[in-house]
Amino acid sequence: MTRQMTGAKMVVQALKDQGVDTVFGYPGGAVLPVYDEIFQQNDIKHVLVRHEQAAIHAAEGYARSTGKPGVALVTSGPGATNAVTGLTDALLDSIPLVVFSGQVPTFMIGTDGFQEADTIGITRPCTKHNWLVQDTDKLSETIHQAFHVATTGRPGPVLIDLPKDVQFADGEYTPPAKAKVSHYKPRVKASIEEINNLVSLIEKAERPVFYTGGGVINSGPGASQLLRELVDATGFPITSTLMGLGAYPASGKAWLGMLGMHGLYEANMAMHGCDLMINIGARFDDRITGRIQDFSPNSTKVHVDIDPSSINKIIRVDLPVIGDVGHVLEDVLKVWKSRGRKTADTSAWWKQIEEWREVRCLTYKPSETVIKPQYALERLEALTKGMDRYVTTEVGQHQMWAAQFLNFEDPNRWMTSGGLGTMGYGFPASIGVQLAHPDSLVINVAGEASWLMNMQEMGTAMQYRTPVKQFILNNERLGMVRQWQQLLHGERYSSSWSESLPDFVKLAEAFGAKGIQVSDPKDLDDAIMEMINYDGPVIFDCLVEKHENCFPMIPSGKAHNEMLLGDASTEGAIKSDGAVLV
Amino acid sequence: MSALRIQQGSTSHSAYDLRDYHAEVIEKHTLAVLVDNEAGVLARVIGLFSGRGYNIESLTVAEVNHDTHLSRITVVTTGTRDVIEQIKAQVGRIVPVHEVHDLTVEGPSIERELALFKVEGTGNNRIEALRLAEIFRANVVDSTLESFVFEMTGTSEKIDAFADLMRPLGLVETARTGVAALARGSHA
Repeated sequence: MTRQMTGAKMVVQALKDQGVDTVFGYPGGAVLPVYDEIFQQNDIKHVLVRHEQAAIHAAEGYARSTGKPGVALVTSGPGATNAVTGLTDALLDSIPLVVFSGQVPTFMIGTDGFQEADTIGITRPCTKHNWLVQDTDKLSETIHQAFHVATTGRPGPVLIDLPKDVQFADGEYTPPAKAKVSHYKPRVKASIEEINNLVSLIEKAERPVFYTGGGVINSGPGASQLLRELVDATGFPITSTLMGLGAYPASGKAWLGMLGMHGLYEANMAMHGCDLMINIGARFDDRITGRIQDFSPNSTKVHVDIDPSSINKIIRVDLPVIGDVGHVLEDVLKVWKSRGRKTADTSAWWKQIEEWREVRCLTYKPSETVIKPQYALERLEALTKGMDRYVTTEVGQHQMWAAQFLNFEDPNRWMTSGGLGTMGYGFPASIGVQLAHPDSLVINVAGEASWLMNMQEMGTAMQYRTPVKQFILNNERLGMVRQWQQLLHGERYSSSWSESLPDFVKLAEAFGAKGIQVSDPKDLDDAIMEMINYDGPVIFDCLVEKHENCFPMIPSGKAHNEMLLGDASTEGAIKSDGAVLV
Repeated sequence: MSALRIQQGSTSHSAYDLRDYHAEVIEKHTLAVLVDNEAGVLARVIGLFSGRGYNIESLTVAEVNHDTHLSRITVVTTGTRDVIEQIKAQVGRIVPVHEVHDLTVEGPSIERELALFKVEGTGNNRIEALRLAEIFRANVVDSTLESFVFEMTGTSEKIDAFADLMRPLGLVETARTGVAALARGSHA
């Protein structure tokens, strides 16, 4: 039976058929027909954001916390260009999104029409793929294909550009089962030879380390389970990138903490000193590697990745294993078990790691008069431990401290902008997370500067009664910029003050939310509990030490074993050749 | 082909293979990329090259199968062995790309380019140009009393050589198609 309907109706029908329950968006002239269809149904909830960038970040938060693709709807021209930052963010962090943008009618394309932009051209480099639909008959199939591409292989954002006449015109609707899926089917199973080679390396390694990343999370909860099984069965230490936190529980015995530029001493030293590095779903990002020439000089390197272009892109590896993390882990476990669960003696390695742990690299100078940002996060962790908790962050010092001081026991609980480093990500993302998990505690750990970048979303938070907690570590500075200016630019603090800050309590009240300000360490616990217990959005203005630096730190252009552990070690630490790096 | 052509045919990713002194040698490779012939597909491929800083020495594209709407893009690119591997992997993950073949390493292949040369001149130069064209098996496809347009197909090197000879004889304009290439043998 063929079903004729308008393009606009097809969009809604296809979303329903794809199991979508929430769409984040902002209307405008070129998407009015779709909004008209949304108005006339109740299956799909539309969440009206206050800026299109926030629609994408909210969809990202929804996607990362559920494992399902996030969906957003924006209008042509400025609607689409406002979405570009979010699309790029999702591309760099491999987050599946399906974004619809309105477009001027096909007969007006190329005429510089009102709110016309070359959306396909603009978003080509910041999407995994995009489509301009020019024929209503092809629309539903394109949408199904878009979901397939966004969620298959290495996930990523896709965009469908919808000219207004295509939305109005009638066409035939193709249900997902009948839609032609494209030839796009990346390999998910590694070859048995690759698996055998990896198992052989596992059997012989004396100083092994697992280095895991966002790929484990993207592969689904099953992959995290398999990772835990493999790590616990082999007893090998494990560290993770920022994106991979929660895949292995922070309470696990083998957990070394996050690695990288602001990673833990023991994690980075283990990376530097290992004889076998097993990279699972991470991409040797420059925040991880430090100076390439001195990156883990004596190790055999294995790289498990679903994307062949990640292999040997930055670090040359000895054994590439191309496949989906879940499949690879399953096969490795099977083969390793069938070959007798052999490992070499790693006790000397663990003894060395214990010595590195003794350095206690996260130690900071406590204060009784002023709230240290690390202390605020320690208390937040202590008071929310065991709760059904999701955490998003903005970008900067607070983000790194959150990664260091908050513990994640499960995947999909930690949403942060890793690759692109998008200030303004966390607040809208927290709204997306909360809508997907209405009964959970959702906290956005923020800096005041980042938070202001998308503060208009207070309106969204209030409208949809999302009780998101905005935990702002307010140092009245762009903290990470200030830290770099101190270390690299002769303490010339160029434009890194947050001047003319609002009164955050009054700001909250202006939106009808709750504001809490705290500045005395003694009041902190009570204030945090007040925040948690309040049923509604809270802006928590935590006035913290203004000049705290984030350590440990691998300075730009340095190797893993050249970490700075505190302020005393920073003088002249970064040479001019390191200063050109970001 | 590069005079410094190094051992080719390896697709191994071993660090030891790649860390040899040849690693920084710039190689020239011819890639054949089969893509869906859809709007913007060429922009995706060349946008990837420009966005990631890869070189394009030559580029040709045309639909080669009308039934399946497949186009063949032939790209001649240069880079270290690592960069070439990256290019292939990056191109390979573009959604409408079906296949990427590195004709330079996958076995013997033939490469041809078509060129048109307009040579202006009279007297001895004109006679010499025509004589050389015969030697190079170039065809005269247009002629006035003061000029010829020669058409020739051949390897890029042969076309370069002919262009060098024509320059002092009054070469005023050149058009080249870029390289088209196929693997030798019976298999597709």
